[in-house]
Formats: sequence, structure tokens, C-alpha cells
Amino acid sequence: MGPRRYLDNELIGLNRMLKRMGFLVEEAIDRSIRSLVEHESALAREVIADDDLIDDLELEIEEKCINLIATQQPLAGDLRKIFTALRIITDLERMADHAVDIAKVTIRLEGQQYIKPLIDIPRMAMLARGMVEDCLNVYMDRDLELASSINKKDDEIDALYKQVFRELLVYMMESPRTIDQATQFLMVSRFLERIGDHATNVCEWVVYSVTGKRANFNE
Amino acid sequence: MTGKNLTQSAAFLALRAAAIITLAVLFIIIIYIMSNGLRHINTSFFLQGPTSMGRDGGIAPFIVSTLYVSAVSLVIAAPVGIGSALYLSEYSKGGLPVRIIRFCTETLAGIPSIIFGLFGFVFFVVSLGMGWSVLSGGLTLACMVLPTIIKTSEEAIKTVPDTYREGSMALGATKWQTIVKVVLPVSVPGIITGIILSIGRAVGETAAVILTAGSSLRAPVSITDPGRTMSVHLYVLTMEGISNEKAFATAAVLILFVLGINYAANKTATFIRRKV
Amino acid sequence: MKPAITIKNLNFYYRQVMALKNISIDIPANRVTALIGPSGCGKSTFLRVLNRMNDLIEGTRIEGKILFNDTNIYKDMDLMKLRKKVGMVFQKPNPFPMSVYNNIAYGPRLHRKISDKELDGIVEKSLKSASLWDEVRDRMESSALGLSGGQQQRLCIARCLAVQPEVLLMDEPTSALDPVSTAKIEELVKDLRDKFAIIIVTHNMQQAGRISDYTAFFLNGEIVEYGATREIFHRPVDKRTEDYITGRFG
Repeated sequence: MGPRRYLDNELIGLNRMLKRMGFLVEEAIDRSIRSLVEHESALAREVIADDDLIDDLELEIEEKCINLIATQQPLAGDLRKIFTALRIITDLERMADHAVDIAKVTIRLEGQQYIKPLIDIPRMAMLARGMVEDCLNVYMDRDLELASSINKKDDEIDALYKQVFRELLVYMMESPRTIDQATQFLMVSRFLERIGDHATNVCEWVVYSVTGKRANFNE
Repeated sequence: MTGKNLTQSAAFLALRAAAIITLAVLFIIIIYIMSNGLRHINTSFFLQGPTSMGRDGGIAPFIVSTLYVSAVSLVIAAPVGIGSALYLSEYSKGGLPVRIIRFCTETLAGIPSIIFGLFGFVFFVVSLGMGWSVLSGGLTLACMVLPTIIKTSEEAIKTVPDTYREGSMALGATKWQTIVKVVLPVSVPGIITGIILSIGRAVGETAAVILTAGSSLRAPVSITDPGRTMSVHLYVLTMEGISNEKAFATAAVLILFVLGINYAANKTATFIRRKV
Repeated sequence: MKPAITIKNLNFYYRQVMALKNISIDIPANRVTALIGPSGCGKSTFLRVLNRMNDLIEGTRIEGKILFNDTNIYKDMDLMKLRKKVGMVFQKPNPFPMSVYNNIAYGPRLHRKISDKELDGIVEKSLKSASLWDEVRDRMESSALGLSGGQQQRLCIARCLAVQPEVLLMDEPTSALDPVSTAKIEELVKDLRDKFAIIIVTHNMQQAGRISDYTAFFLNGEIVEYGATREIFHRPVDKRTEDYITGRFG
């Protein structure tokens, strides 16, 4: 065993907690989309309730990072790992918040007939979920190749967002009664697009953690 | 009580006994000499010369001789001794010459004083034609105390931490500046201790002096005059059965002298240490 | 900026052992350069090459060039002048067993005859620069050994300053001190940076990070990596540097 066994073990523990948080976030996004598509407001309420778990985990990870900085004086790679963990959990927490936002839309639209069948939004959701999964894999495996491929998916999701936006705009212009629902769907697509951005951020942080250099995949 | 504790107590008792015996022997000797000697001492004993070979009168000339011979030996031995100690510890880089010098000084320290006396007699008194004189005696004693002074000075110089030397050199001091301004002042107390020990030996030395400084009853004036030191006088008084009373009195004075020298030197050392 | 010291292809031997291997770096003026590395890596040896303290050890040999003010210090410079210009502070505070005043006055007195008044001025100025004046102004005549460890170390720094050096070498100057004294010395180093080139050997990574502008990582007598401290501590290039500063060495 190396001379910094304690720190190494703590960093492994930190990884495990982040993995768990990522898993919970992924699940929250999944369920929020399902609740929307399948009109399941009970599932939406679950998502909202379970968000506390994610918030608690975020606090716990923050605490651990601060403790490691205070007691272990991490430098170079160690410092970057801990700093990165702090930034990544912020992104993960935002993603979870967006899942909650989507779940709230489900509840708001409870008992309403949708103005149109949802086609592009589930596609966006699939893409967003895929990006979240990718960014978690990038984090776990420190996979820089996968990280640099994320912006392609981000471009796709951005394109879809624009398409949904235009489509909903047409609906609203044609029939003002749809405005209420259309705005809600617009927001959902916006949330999904943001989730993609956060996943991209996570990948950028992993690149920084590994190389010490800042990457920008959002351009 | 366990066996370990028992051994411990027994060892402690034995050590204490050894210490007590040492102290007791020392005290008995001093008390014996003092009680026999002090009552024959008065002012005239210090101030007058001897009459009828020392059976009567005082020991003034012998006190003068003792101080004279010791002083001459120190004036010669101290600079030479401290100088060679400095050379050995500061300048020499080890090797054969240093080992030879060390070996010689150690051998010199172990040689019986009568041999120094013989050497002094043959070399200084006869060969160099100095005759029985304070100078011959002083030179012989100087040879004799040289190893002590070298050894103690060297030890004292070695106790000066190297960090002082480095600190001084790092400020751009030369080796000589470092020695004069740092090494010597710091080692002075130790060097003085060595000199005290030497004075003690010189004052009490008989064999080496009797063969080189002579045993004249008159006080020496010039450095080439012969003289009789207190210890020589003591030896003569006892050996020739002249006067046991006077012998004890002389012995008591000798002891007082040595005590006085030790005390004064200790004080000087502490004073210098405090000043440094 | 012109470097304070330029080292070119320096090799250093102790008897048959090569203690420093092909070292070439510029030590910048008015900056703090930290030397880090595991014990026995040669960083202290390197420090002592710069003021030729290694000359005191028998069997040492040097190859290459060390230029200080465009002068090769092993060829064309007077040894005493070099040591006056390149001061050194040691691991253990080593004030001389003299009064505070005489400790500071020691250096100036070595190099020239100096009037009492001028000397008083130098002593006061040096102690002020070492931020020790306020603590010792009333005890100039008492023994320096009565000062606390931290004060003694600042006294040693003041003692160096009194001979007006251009470079200060510090060999783990705080390793024997408590945290408060350490912090004071670190602040002092940062203040002194304006006037001197400071080279400091330290085993304390955090200290190197706090006070140095440049860091050189030594390993087995070589410089593995040398660069801006923030770079070395944030994203070292060499794996060995990373392992050392994150405490995973060996």
C-alpha cells in the first residue's frame, strides 16, 4: 500500500458516492420523462419526493471534500480530483432539479389531453439520458475519448430543441388555446437541453481533473 | 518484590557505597593533613625564610619558587598547547601526521614524572647549560603538562558546534577570523579547566622539579636562579627527617593553594562564559 | 529579467559519487525559488554549492559553471566576497553565543573598519528588515541564546542582511520551529523577496506552495521539473513530481 492510503481510500469512497448520486439523477430524469409521457402524476410526485435524497447526498459529498481539503492538504492530481468532484455534484444537482421541474409539469398537466402526441420530446429525453450516462462513464473511467465525443450529442440535442421550439411556436400561432400546454412543453424541452449542457460540463471537469487543462465542449 | 527490583536495589546500594568510600577517603586525607598542619601555620610561616634547613622559620622562598616555576611552565605550555589543539582540531585534515601527534601526546601523558625530570636534567640543565634553574624546571614542567593542555583544549574546541563555524564562514569570515572570534571565545571555559588541571599538577610536582629546578633555600629572583618548590621542600623535610610538623604545615599550605587555584579558575571560567 | 544566478551544466561529485547531475537553471532575482525533493536528493548540496560551503568538505569536486553577476564563482570570485553576497540561513538557528548586537555586528566588522555610529545604524536596519527590532530593541546587550527559537532564526536572517547580500540561501529554515514562528519567517521571506533572490530548501510542500514563486523538484541529484510554483502544485508535468508532491513517492 502506498504512503497515502487514507487519502486514496477516501478518494475511492468519494468516487462511489458520486457514482451513486449519478445513478439517482439518471433515474430521476428517466422517471420524470415517463411520468410526463404516460400521464403518471403519482410517479411525478415520487420524483419530487426523492429529490431530497439527491440533495442530501450532495451535501454529504461537499462535506467530505471540504474535510479532505482541510485535513489532507491535497495537491496537483488529488486537488483536481476533489475540486472536480465539487463542481460535478453541482451539475448533477442541477440535472436533478430539472427532472423535478419536468415532474412538476406532469402534475400541472394532470387530467389534460395533450395537444399533440409527444414525439420529439421523448427523443430529446433519450439523448439527454444518454449524455448523462456517458458523462458518468467518463467520470468513472476517466475516459477522455468518450468525453470529447459528448459535444456531438450536445449538438444533436440543441438541434432537436430548436426543432421542438419552432414546432410549438407554430401550434401556438395557429391556436391560442394551445399556448398554455405548449409553453409547458417548451419548458420541458428547455430543461432537457439544459441537462445536456450539464452533462457536457461534467465531461469538461473530468478532462480538467485528468490533464489539469480546461476543455470547452460547449462551443 | 521481584528479582529485577532486588537487583536494582542491590546495584544502587553498591554504587552508593562506592561513592561514599571515595568521599570518605578524600575527607580523611584532607582532615588528617589539615589537623596536623594548620596548627603550625601562622603569618610568619608565610612571610619568613627557613632557618636550620627548615626545622624552623617559614616557607616564603618556596612559595615564590612554586609560583615562579608554575608560571614559567604555563607561559610556555599554554600557547603551545592551545596552538597545537587548534591545529589538530581545526586545520589538520586527519591522516598519519595527526595520528602520530595524538599517539605522542597520549604517550607523553602516561610517562612517569621522574622520567621528565631525568630528561629535563640531561637536556635543559646539562646539555643546554641552563643549570638548576626556574627556567629548567618550568620547561620540564611545560613538557609534562603539555599533553593535558592539548587534550582538554581539543575537547573544549570540539564542543563548539559546527553550526557556529558554518554561520561564521557563511558570513564571509576566514577560518582564522572564525577561530579567533567564535571558536576560541566559546571554548575558553574548557581550555581554562585544562589549564587549572595543569597548574594543579605543576604546583604539586616533585620528581621532575627536584632534578631541574634544584633545591636552593633562597628565593629565586632571576629566571636562571635555582629554587625549591613547596613539594620539593616537603619531600626534603620528610625524607631527611628534619621536621614532621613543618612538613605537615607545608602540605596544608600546598592543599590550600590547590584549592584556591581551583576555586579562582572556576570563577574565571563562569565569568568568561557569562560574558561570552 | 536578468537572473540572479545562472547555473550551467553543473555536476557535483563527493569523492566517487555524483551528487548533482547536469543541472542548468536560472535563479530569478527578486523571487523566491523553492527546492523540494526527498531526503538525499541533492537539494541541500545544490544550495551549498551556491555559496561554496561544500568547499569545507574534503573530496568534493565540481564541473560546469555558476555565474553570479556574470562571474564564475568557482573561478574568478573571491570566496569571502561570494559568501558575503550570498548569505545563508541554516536549518537550526545558530546565533553565536554573544549579545544580540554583536551577532548582527559580527559580519560588518569582519569586512571593514566601521564606526560605532554606522554600526548602530546597520544593526537597527538589519533587525528591522528581519522584523525583529521591536522584540529585541531593549535587550541588545543580552545573550542571543536567550531568545526564542523563532527569534533566533530571525536574528540569523538579520545577521545575513547586515552584510548586504544579494542572494539569501535558506536550508529548511523553519523545520525546527513551531507554527507561529514558522508563519513569521514565511511572512518575512515574502517581504524580503523585493530586495533579494531567495532560494529555500523545504520539506514542507504547503510551505513551498505558500512562499515560493518558482519550484524545482530534485530527485537523485537531478532536477526533474522546474517551473512556476502554481504550475508545479496544480498540474505537474512529470509523473515523479506528481507522486512526490501528492505524497505518494516511492
